[in-house]
Amino acid sequence: MTAPQLFFAYFAVMITVLSLLMITRRNPVHGVLWMLVLFVHIAGLYIFLNAEFLAAIQIIVYAGAILVLFLFVIMLLNLKKEETVKKFQKHWLVGVGTGIIFAVFSVSIVRKIEVFPQLGKYTIEAVKAEGNIMTVGKVLYTKYLLPFEIASVILLVAIIGAVVLAKKRIE
Amino acid sequence: MPGTYIPSEYLPVAIIFLFAALIGLGALVAGLLVRPRRPYVQKLYPYESGNPPVGEPRYKFSVKFYIIAMLFVVFDVEAVFLYPWAVAYDKLGIFGFVEMMLFIFILLIGYIYVWKKGAFNWE
Amino acid sequence: MEMETTISLLDIRPLVPELTMICVGLIVILLDLIVRKKEVVAIVGIAGTLVALYGTYKLYGFYEPQSAFSGMFVLDGYSNFFKLIFYLNIILTICISFKYMAIEKASFGEYYALLMFATTGMMIMASAADLIVLYLGLELMALSTYILAGITRKRQRSNEAALKYFFLGAFSSAFLLYGISLTYGLTGTTNLREIASALQTLDLNGSPIMYLGLIFMIVAFGFKIALAPFHMWAPDVYEGAPTSITAFMSVGPKAAGFAVLGRVLFGAFAGMQVQWASILIPMAVLTMAVGSIIALAQTNIKRMLAYSSIAHAGYMLLGVITGTTGGLMSTVNYLAIYLFMNIGAFAIVIMLRREGFQGENIEDYMGLSKSHPLASALMLIFMFSLAGIPPTAGFIGKFYVFMEVIKAGYVYLAIIAVAFSAISAFFYLRVVMYIYMKDPKEEVVLTRSPSMSIALAVTAMMVLILGIFPSFLLNLVRYSILG
Repeated sequence: MTAPQLFFAYFAVMITVLSLLMITRRNPVHGVLWMLVLFVHIAGLYIFLNAEFLAAIQIIVYAGAILVLFLFVIMLLNLKKEETVKKFQKHWLVGVGTGIIFAVFSVSIVRKIEVFPQLGKYTIEAVKAEGNIMTVGKVLYTKYLLPFEIASVILLVAIIGAVVLAKKRIE
Repeated sequence: MPGTYIPSEYLPVAIIFLFAALIGLGALVAGLLVRPRRPYVQKLYPYESGNPPVGEPRYKFSVKFYIIAMLFVVFDVEAVFLYPWAVAYDKLGIFGFVEMMLFIFILLIGYIYVWKKGAFNWE
Repeated sequence: MEMETTISLLDIRPLVPELTMICVGLIVILLDLIVRKKEVVAIVGIAGTLVALYGTYKLYGFYEPQSAFSGMFVLDGYSNFFKLIFYLNIILTICISFKYMAIEKASFGEYYALLMFATTGMMIMASAADLIVLYLGLELMALSTYILAGITRKRQRSNEAALKYFFLGAFSSAFLLYGISLTYGLTGTTNLREIASALQTLDLNGSPIMYLGLIFMIVAFGFKIALAPFHMWAPDVYEGAPTSITAFMSVGPKAAGFAVLGRVLFGAFAGMQVQWASILIPMAVLTMAVGSIIALAQTNIKRMLAYSSIAHAGYMLLGVITGTTGGLMSTVNYLAIYLFMNIGAFAIVIMLRREGFQGENIEDYMGLSKSHPLASALMLIFMFSLAGIPPTAGFIGKFYVFMEVIKAGYVYLAIIAVAFSAISAFFYLRVVMYIYMKDPKEEVVLTRSPSMSIALAVTAMMVLILGIFPSFLLNLVRYSILG
C-alpha cells in the first residue's frame, strides 16, 4: 500500500466508524459530539483531495455553526423519552439489507471505472502555484458568478424561513 | 495522475493533532494510575458542599436560541463567501466588487427583514 | 494563470425575467414591513410577475438559443414556454389565495415573497444548461415550497407536511448530487452540452457507471414530479399544506421537474434513450397504477387530487419516454392544460373553506348543485377535464400524448394508459355524482372574492377553449420548441 492509499484508508475507515458511533449513541448529545469528530475527519479527507478551502469551510461552518444548531435543536426537543425507547425500529434489518445491496452494487460498478477524463487546467501543480483560495476565488467570481448570486437568494429564503416558521408574530 | 497526492505540508498540523490527543489522553491515564480512589456520597455530588442538585440537568430550551443559531449559520455561510473574494480581489477588479456588493445587498435585505421582525429581540 | 472567461453586461439580458422576479420578491419583503394591508403586497407580486412576463414575451423572438454566463444559462423557446406556465401558476395561485390565507389566519407578506422566489427557482431550472445551476434552481424552488407548505404553523398537519416534504426533498437532493458527481467524474464537466459530447468522444453511452449516475438523477427528479415509487410524500403533503399552496406545488414543481427531466435527458443523455426509457417505462406504469387505483379509496378531496396529480404525472412521463421531439411537445402541451384544470379544481376546493369549516371531504360536496349551480358547473368542467372527457382540454392533452406514444412504437404503453385513464374516470365522476345526484346534508356556504372569480373564469374558459380549439396551444408549443 502506498502512502496516499494508507492516508485515504485511515480517513475512509474512521468516517465509517464515526458515523456508526454517531447513530448508535443513546444520548443524542454524545451523538453530536461524535459528529464533531466525524466532521474533522471529513475535513482531513478534503485536504487529502487538495481542497484546502473546502476543508477550512468544513471546520468553520459544519464543526462551528451547524453543530451548535444541532445541539440547540436537541435541547429544544428535550428528548428524554427517546433515550429510553429502543434505538432501532423493527425495520432496521430492511435498512441494513438495502445498504448492503447498495454497497455491493456501487463497489462492483465503481471498480469498472477505467476512464479518466483528460486532466483539466486546474491540476494540483497549477493550483499549488497560485494558492488554493486564490484559485477558488478566481473561478467562483467569474465563471461561476451566476450560481454564486443564486446562492445569495437561497440564503435569503433560509433567513425568511427561520423567521416565518419559528418567530412569534408581533402585532 | 490523480490519487497520488500527499498533502505533506500538513504534516505539522497532523503532529499537533496527535500531540493534543496524546496529552489529553495521557493526563487522564496518568491521573487514573496515580490518584487514590476513595469515593463516598458527598464526594460524588456534582457540587460538593453546595446545594443538593434538584431536577434534571437538561431542560427544554426556548425556541429563541434556535432562531439565533439558524441566523448565525446563514450569515456564517455568507461570510465564508467573503474569504476567497478578499483573496482574489486584486484579480477581480471593479467587476468583483460589484458582484459582491450585489450578494451582500440581497442578504442585507434579509438582515433588515430579520431586524424589523424583531428576531434579534430577546423579549 | 489566465483569468476564466470574462462575463459582460450583455450576459444579463437573457436573465431579465428572473432578475425582475427576484427584485420584486425583495420589494415585497420590504413592503411587508411597512404596509399593513397584505392585499397591496399581493398586487405588487402580481404586477411584478406581469413585468417579468412582458420581459419573456420580448425575449421570445429569438429563434437561436441564447446562452449566457459561460454557457450555464440558456434562453430558448423551451425554457420560455415553461416560464409562461410558471407565471400563470403564480398569478392564479395569488388570485385564489387572497381570501383563503386570511381565513387561515396566515395572511403574511412573506407568503407572496416566497411564491416569487419559488417561481424564480423554477425559471432558473427551466433555463439551466449546467447541472450546478440546475441544482441551485431546484434548491431555491424546494426551500421556498417547504416553508410555504408549513406557513400555517398553528395547524399541526401543516407542520407535518412541511417536515415530510423537507426530509424527503433533502433526501432527493442528495440523490441528485450523487448523480451529478458521478457524471462529473466520468465526463469532467457539468455543462449539459459538453456532457453530451464527452459521452460521444469517450464512448460512455451505456456504460454502467453513467447508467447509475443517470438513475440517481432520475430518482431525484422523480421525487419532485411525484413519480411512483417516489410519490409517498405527495398525498400527506398535499393534504396538510394550505390548499392554495397545494395548488401551487401540484403544478409548479411538477412542471419544473419535467423541464429539467426533458432538458437533461434530451440535452445530455440523448444517446442513452434505450437506457432511460428502460427505467422510466416501469415507473410510468407504476405511477399511473398507483395514482388511479389508490385515488378510488380517498374520502378527502385534497388527497384524491394528490393521487390524481400522481396519475397525471404518469401520463405526462409517457411523452418523455418516447425520446422524440414530438413526444416532448405533447408532454409540454399536457402540462399547460394541466395547469388550468388543476388550479381550477383546487380553486373550488378553496371556496368551500370558510371560518370553522374545512370543506375537504368529498361528502361536503353533496347536493352542491342545488344551492350553487355555477360553482357546480365549474367543478363539473374541471372534473371532466381531469378525467379526459371531450370536449374539455384534458382530453386533448391525453390524446396528443397517446398519439405520440403510439407513433414512437410503444402501443402497449398507450393501451395501459387508456385503461388507467378509464379507471381514474370513476373517482372524478364520483365527485360530480355527489354534486348533482345527492341531497345536501347541510347548507354549504361558499367563500367568494373578486380575485377568485377571475381565477375561476380564466381557468374554466381556458379548459373549454383549449378543448374545442386546441390548435392555438399546440402551435405555441411547436413554435417554442421547434422555432
